[in-house]
Amino acid sequence: MTDMAPMADIYPVLPELCLAVMAMALLLYGVFRGDKSTSSCSWLAVLALLATGVIMSLLPESAGSAFGGQFIVDQFARFMKGLVLMGSGLAVIMSMNYNAHEDIARFEFPVLILFASLGMLLMVSANDLISLYVGLELQSLALYVIAAFRRDSMKSSEAGLKYFVLGALSSGMLLYGASMIYGFAGTTRFDALAGLFTGPDADPGVGVTVGLVFLLAGLAFKVSAVPFHMWTPDVYEGAPTPVTAFFAVAPKIAAIALLVRTMIGPFGELFDQWQQIIVFISIASMLLGALAAIWQKNIKRLLAYSSIGHVGYALVGLAAGSEEGIRGIGVYMSIYLVMNVGTFCCILSMRRQGVLAEGINELSGLARNHPLMAASLAIFMFSMAGIPPLAGFFGKLYVFMAAVDEGLYLLAIIGVLTSVVGAFYYLRIIKIMYFDEPAEAFDRTEGREITMIMTIAGAITLLFFVFPSPIIEGAGQAAAAMFGAG
Amino acid sequence: MSYNWPILSLVTFLPTIGALAILLIRGDEKIVARNARATAMWTSIATFIVSIFLWVGFDNSTADFQFVENVEWIPSFGISYHMGVDGISVFFVLLSTFLTPLCILASWEAIKNRVKEYMIAFLVLETLMIGMFCALDVVLFYIFFEAVLIPMFLIIGIWGGVRRVYAAFKFFLYTLTGSVLMLVAILVIYFETETTDISALLDTMIDPRMQLWLWLAFFASFAVKVPMWPVHTWLPDAHVEAPTAGSVILAGVLLKMGAYGFLRFSVPMLPYATEYFTPLIYTLSIVAVIYTSLVALAQEDMKKLIAYSSVAHMGFVTIGIFTLTHQGVQGAVVQMISHGFVSGALFLCVGVIYDRIHTREIARYGGLVERMPKYALVFMVFMLASVGLPGTSGFVGEFLILVGAFEVNTWVAALATTGIILGAAYMLYLYRRVIFGKLEKEDLKSILDLNTREIAIFVPLIVVTIWMGVWPAPFLDVMDASIANLIEQHKVAINALQTLSVAGN
Repeated sequence: MTDMAPMADIYPVLPELCLAVMAMALLLYGVFRGDKSTSSCSWLAVLALLATGVIMSLLPESAGSAFGGQFIVDQFARFMKGLVLMGSGLAVIMSMNYNAHEDIARFEFPVLILFASLGMLLMVSANDLISLYVGLELQSLALYVIAAFRRDSMKSSEAGLKYFVLGALSSGMLLYGASMIYGFAGTTRFDALAGLFTGPDADPGVGVTVGLVFLLAGLAFKVSAVPFHMWTPDVYEGAPTPVTAFFAVAPKIAAIALLVRTMIGPFGELFDQWQQIIVFISIASMLLGALAAIWQKNIKRLLAYSSIGHVGYALVGLAAGSEEGIRGIGVYMSIYLVMNVGTFCCILSMRRQGVLAEGINELSGLARNHPLMAASLAIFMFSMAGIPPLAGFFGKLYVFMAAVDEGLYLLAIIGVLTSVVGAFYYLRIIKIMYFDEPAEAFDRTEGREITMIMTIAGAITLLFFVFPSPIIEGAGQAAAAMFGAG
Repeated sequence: MSYNWPILSLVTFLPTIGALAILLIRGDEKIVARNARATAMWTSIATFIVSIFLWVGFDNSTADFQFVENVEWIPSFGISYHMGVDGISVFFVLLSTFLTPLCILASWEAIKNRVKEYMIAFLVLETLMIGMFCALDVVLFYIFFEAVLIPMFLIIGIWGGVRRVYAAFKFFLYTLTGSVLMLVAILVIYFETETTDISALLDTMIDPRMQLWLWLAFFASFAVKVPMWPVHTWLPDAHVEAPTAGSVILAGVLLKMGAYGFLRFSVPMLPYATEYFTPLIYTLSIVAVIYTSLVALAQEDMKKLIAYSSVAHMGFVTIGIFTLTHQGVQGAVVQMISHGFVSGALFLCVGVIYDRIHTREIARYGGLVERMPKYALVFMVFMLASVGLPGTSGFVGEFLILVGAFEVNTWVAALATTGIILGAAYMLYLYRRVIFGKLEKEDLKSILDLNTREIAIFVPLIVVTIWMGVWPAPFLDVMDASIANLIEQHKVAINALQTLSVAGN
């Protein structure tokens, strides 16, 4: 290691370093300028995320590692980081108008999102149990704060506190699992761990398996998979809507990426041990996501259950444990990002006489008053239900394809059947918008950016089928990198 | 004759272009409505005219797919945009393009609000239907097959009757449940055979034990779509609540998607399972023919009655397909086309008086012949065609199916024939109650006969119904080669399997 040029070690982490520096600079800028600077801070944060993405794409495409192998960059990391950065950037843009309206526009918000994003980038690139934990905590701490960002609201504070207490519990579990693995395997490095379990007479032992289960439980909490999903509906409902939009997208993608890397990388050889856990979590998430959402009246709560379901579908790809499965996850998460961002743009536009409406029934007759918004939301709902030719169908197609390829017929059949149950509540939203008599129109004061993001996301979801190859090929390369390395 | 231009894509996507044009119409609500109607009408007529070239240019002598287009679409999965028609599917394309302009004409005055959205939904629906019949890639087929649900859901739900929400949900969820199982089967086929191309799949043999499962998964989807007893219950609800034109498309084209699926997938790709499950199909079909005919006899609502008669007629179609004889399959295809015209026309007949009196209750009518002689005539033609009177298209189909069934199984043929008798009973009974009798109800005394627009709708339908009944040869010739090939392939596959099992013993 010592003879390596020090600069070569810097390149892989350059995007993260830049983001960290920019985030801290932005913090200083905000502190000196005060709350007047919120708007410029937000745009600068978007710029910082964009710059990070650009730096990432300019670096050589080859895989690399830093910090003595704790940090790894490969095609998979790049793909997922791209999604994370996109999700964070869009969340910042979506929050601006809302925060100004609700009188919670403070410069800390974009800064916190930057720090959370930094944590997520570290998570995606983690190649060691320690760096995994550091990234995860950096992300989580920032998230706890922004969940409670609306300080004078009971609900928001409650959401933040709930998230913190349960998050701390799950971090504890994760740490416990990690320490058990270290105790029995003697290393925290992913590649060293992988080496321990390969070979004809490799025996992971009970200790490592138990540790793995705890690790999985901690990670399942972060992706809000059943049975560790309890916090999701409350936090989604309580947090300010742009924060919910942020929670629904970037951290989910990062946590899924982390889960994939941890399972396929170091524990790839223990596939038989963790596969059944993932299968169970996946089925339970799909079922609960589909069934519990039926009775929801609050659209944010409904989306919380819907996201639990989506995580279940994405995990189908992991349960397959194959390159196709990981590709499916890549495709699924990309499409998930677009659909969710678009849906939350619609929710952010549900403002009546200055107050943001959250009840599903408030959407009634939307098609008459706001045809564009109704059409977009209908596209997102049909897409989430997985109806072709919309994008959501392709996401499901790829994960189920992987499951069928691996012979997981039962999982695939349960999956498609729960998607029918899920279709019911997505259809219900369309029914309210299109079949019911119109209610009072929403205000038209929402920013231009929101309408633009909504329209673009709608167009992508609708027309994905015309030219699906870029995303599918990108996800394919990401998956190949995962298996080439492991 | 060969064409260098992509005629199938043109037929498929022309309606979508029309829909996009309608989307751009702006202005006052009345002007938008008028322009939307006109645009939809001209687009659908243009589509129909282009689709006629398919028939004109069709080469009757070959069973191969014609007008083929093949473009790579998702290379990593080997999915391609592969379109083409053979002697069976070409008629369904024509049926779709023929019925859509009539439906738009029928909605001219019946649809008063949100005309723009309605016309867009209808044109998109046309694209999806045609695309489904042309698709030669399983995944492409599935995408079209299932995407049809979106516009149809909206048509029933927005412009439907009182219980439209219930009907729309039932329609959507029933069909979706079947379809997703088919999706799993499609994926399994992909991994068994490494291809999604239909023409390649037709030459591939799938493991017999696997065939049974795959067949059941396809069956789940197609049986709901046909619909076969006992999963037919969505149909009466959907028909009753849908607007007239929606019912016409539903009965005329969407019901054929299931039977077409049997012909395109189950029979040629899964020959062993097809043989194995034939008794099941016979049983369900006969129950459908007899039971739903009896149910139809007891209906109070005209649309419901015709909906149940559709289930019975589609029972004939499934019997015909699974006789796996030349006559039987040919009869099934003819019956499907004929049913497309006839039941579509019957729904339009109901629509005519519904637009005037706003009820579909049979008891509210009677003696219409006195005020509406033209209407009585039109209704009679289609009523008799539905019964299967010689000289109408209904006869050709039913006769061929029964010949085919008789060759295979006398009992099936005998029981199916009872259905024809019951069919005559409920249709004549309906006709008597609505058209004949005394004109007593006050509001019926001022009812007006068919206007020019309505006559324009019915004339083409009467022409094709009688044409197919009197001189079916142009239709039969086109499908001959494809059906002969289908039967031949099936026999070869079954023989190969028997040889295999003999060798195995």
